[in-house]
Amino acid sequence: MRYITPRKAAMGLGSAHSGTADHWFLTVSSCALVLLVPAFMLVIGNAIGMSHPELVAYFGRPYPALITALFIVVGMVHFIKGTRIMIDDYFQHTARKVAIIVSVVFSWAVIAAAVFALAKMTLVTVAI
Amino acid sequence: MADVNRGNRPLSPHLQVYRLPMAAVTSIMTRITGHALVAGILLLVWWLVAAVTGPEAFAAADWVVRSWIGFIVLTGSAWALWFHTLAGIRHLFYDSGQLLRIEEAERASWAIIIGSVVLTLLSLILFFFA
Repeated sequence: MRYITPRKAAMGLGSAHSGTADHWFLTVSSCALVLLVPAFMLVIGNAIGMSHPELVAYFGRPYPALITALFIVVGMVHFIKGTRIMIDDYFQHTARKVAIIVSVVFSWAVIAAAVFALAKMTLVTVAI
Repeated sequence: MADVNRGNRPLSPHLQVYRLPMAAVTSIMTRITGHALVAGILLLVWWLVAAVTGPEAFAAADWVVRSWIGFIVLTGSAWALWFHTLAGIRHLFYDSGQLLRIEEAERASWAIIIGSVVLTLLSLILFFFA
């Protein structure tokens, strides 16, 4: 028999203390990524092979810049939640905490680098 | 011990000889492709950052992107991205309670494998000939 009441089991949002928030975030972001994946691949496919000035001008345009920025931001936050599931499966105790911190810090560093590059290419293009 | 029936009892799967169902293989592949995509994204973000760092930095990153190393990493990433995308779409079906019967899950697994290869080849054709 269960020693806790259904109310007690539902309180505090379960053992993860965040309920199904991660799962729901992965569901929502995966729907966005179904649209962003082909768009991003077309943008990158177009960009590979360009000269340096062409590439800067290309990513200075709104659609290539916004699709790339959205793909990398949504994709890397999706990556944080995805690695979290893997970390929870394979790591315990301190190793788990360290792995989560490394995953979050690394992903946001990638986002920051990409957004900086895209912003700078847009500003350079505007300056021209 | 003589009367113990040793041949007719259900056995738990022996992991070294157990053939994984395709749904299990594609599930594991979903996790592997999702994590492996970090290589492709790092290469592309390095390339973007190099483009705003200077001509020498861009020349170095662009050389890698257009070399055979870049071709292998980016083609592999394209396949991994298509595979992970198709498997993610299947997860949306799973979550809504569909494709959960064994034959359906098996068929969906093959659709993901074949679909990801076909979409990768189409991407390469589009990239080189369009």
